[in-house]
Amino acid sequence: MNLSVSLGSLTLANPLIAASGCFGYGVEYADVVDLSTLGGVAVKGLFLSEREGHPPPRIVETPAGMLNAIGLQGIGVHRFVREKLPELRDRRAVVFVNICGTTIDEYCEIARILSDHEGVAAIELNISCPNIKQGGITFGCSLTGTHDVVSAVRKVTTLPVIPKLTPNVTDVASFARAAQDAGADAVSLVNTFLAMAIDVHTRRPKLTNIVGGLSGPAIRPIAVRMVYECRQAVKLPIIGMGGIATAEDVLEFMIAGATAVQVGTANFVDPFLWRKLLDGIRSYMAAHQIEHLGSLTGSLDTSRQATAWISS
Amino acid sequence: MPIDIDAEVISNTRLSHDYSVLGLAAPEIAALAEPGQFVMIKPTAGVDPLLRRPFSIFEILRDAGGTPTGISLLNKRIGAGTSLVYEATPGSHMGCLGPLGRPFEPVPPPAEAWMVAGGVGLAPFVTLAEALRQTATKVRLFYGARTASDLTHVDLFERLNVEPVLATEDGSRGARGFVTGPLDAAFTATPRSTEVRVYACGPTPMMRAVAKLASSYGRRCDVSLEQVMGCGLGGCYSCVVLTQTSAGPPHFVRSCLDGPVFDATRIVWDALAH
Repeated sequence: MNLSVSLGSLTLANPLIAASGCFGYGVEYADVVDLSTLGGVAVKGLFLSEREGHPPPRIVETPAGMLNAIGLQGIGVHRFVREKLPELRDRRAVVFVNICGTTIDEYCEIARILSDHEGVAAIELNISCPNIKQGGITFGCSLTGTHDVVSAVRKVTTLPVIPKLTPNVTDVASFARAAQDAGADAVSLVNTFLAMAIDVHTRRPKLTNIVGGLSGPAIRPIAVRMVYECRQAVKLPIIGMGGIATAEDVLEFMIAGATAVQVGTANFVDPFLWRKLLDGIRSYMAAHQIEHLGSLTGSLDTSRQATAWISS
Repeated sequence: MPIDIDAEVISNTRLSHDYSVLGLAAPEIAALAEPGQFVMIKPTAGVDPLLRRPFSIFEILRDAGGTPTGISLLNKRIGAGTSLVYEATPGSHMGCLGPLGRPFEPVPPPAEAWMVAGGVGLAPFVTLAEALRQTATKVRLFYGARTASDLTHVDLFERLNVEPVLATEDGSRGARGFVTGPLDAAFTATPRSTEVRVYACGPTPMMRAVAKLASSYGRRCDVSLEQVMGCGLGGCYSCVVLTQTSAGPPHFVRSCLDGPVFDATRIVWDALAH
């Protein structure tokens, strides 16, 4: 039974990647999960310099989900390579470094610094965080912006470049196409959905930032649809995410077209879920006599849908 | 290293229409727990509510031979999660992840330990009182609530050789008014030569007032903060508290890892959400 999957030149032991922003810098979780058993670890989004993020409250629960507006609090790329990367390397984690900038030059500068350090497996370009005013999503919401930042970073690093796409656009597939045209090695999607919750008694927003990003099982069907749409549009490997909490959810994303997946919010609820997900995937492979998990990617069967019994 | 247990509810004692004490069979967590640590509770399977809730470990439950068998939680019904805990029936199960967080540091004699609790903020002090009894440290509990019926487990503290000093806002038991009244009087009555360590947990305005009072008498005060928490393990960065060090600008730190116990002088109180 082979659970490994390939993202271009990068082969992962299995398709499970801890989602950026939901797993600290990875080292926080070394006590609860052997990081080397994960397909990858996407660390918290890094700017060039340290950031404090938004004042709390930064999260609020919603039906089957949560809103967050953390505001990319982070230690910056310099402290990351000094303080966190050595331990991640020692623990043999496959590290996806999520990076964010306010300018294309800043993205490139961070990518250059990371390229100089051993232990970085891939660069995930955060062009989709809904919670910051400058940079990030301004690239992710414009096709030319997406193209420009991906192609610029592509030129300064040999590491795999994986833009993380926002769902807060009309047609996410066109952004996957822009990323592909610009030389991306894969795309990851989706980041959170811009959303809002209000305390009706005080008439105040429940988040200090007023708006935040919705994640969790509530968004899963929309995310699956978006992965499916992108699968039709591009040849690039897709890292799918959005509300994955069970092995069945992983399989659903893979059948829709994802090569690998990220798990975020569910890790907050159950930090020990990784082994359960892997066990569930293995059971499914055994029951369905699947030797290579990768063969599941994009295997959606729509043949029945092709039969129109009643024309509309 | 935290442990996740699908813990059986072994008891749920209602103290009032909104307070209850929930007993959970969690021997492995009970054996590891240090004073003032917390657990993350998932009161129900499924996605509503989705996230776990942080709870201070209230009591370490033990069998007749003294072996830890579980923990109890002091719960106040406020929202969806705490309502489920309030309603939980013995025999049901809930996810219990812990122990987590930086514990209290019990002060050894000849120093005195003064614990200051407001309402459900009583929760972390049983384990602290037990640790302080080990070292025979003299302990007082300044304990305030709205009304007499909200003051709970005073006899438990008395059995742990803790001297209770009570206050209620309506004057129905102990001193009338806030707990800071009797606390201020005690500071005044205590000679400088007696070392006193203050430990506070309760509503933010209370902790702030206690910290200010302690500082004005030159006493160290540790506070146990309750923040909205997503994961309890440092992954989500939602439970941050703005802290000030001697040099440089203030920083947000995660209360699940750096806390929940903080030296009160580190806290930028104006920034703390109430």
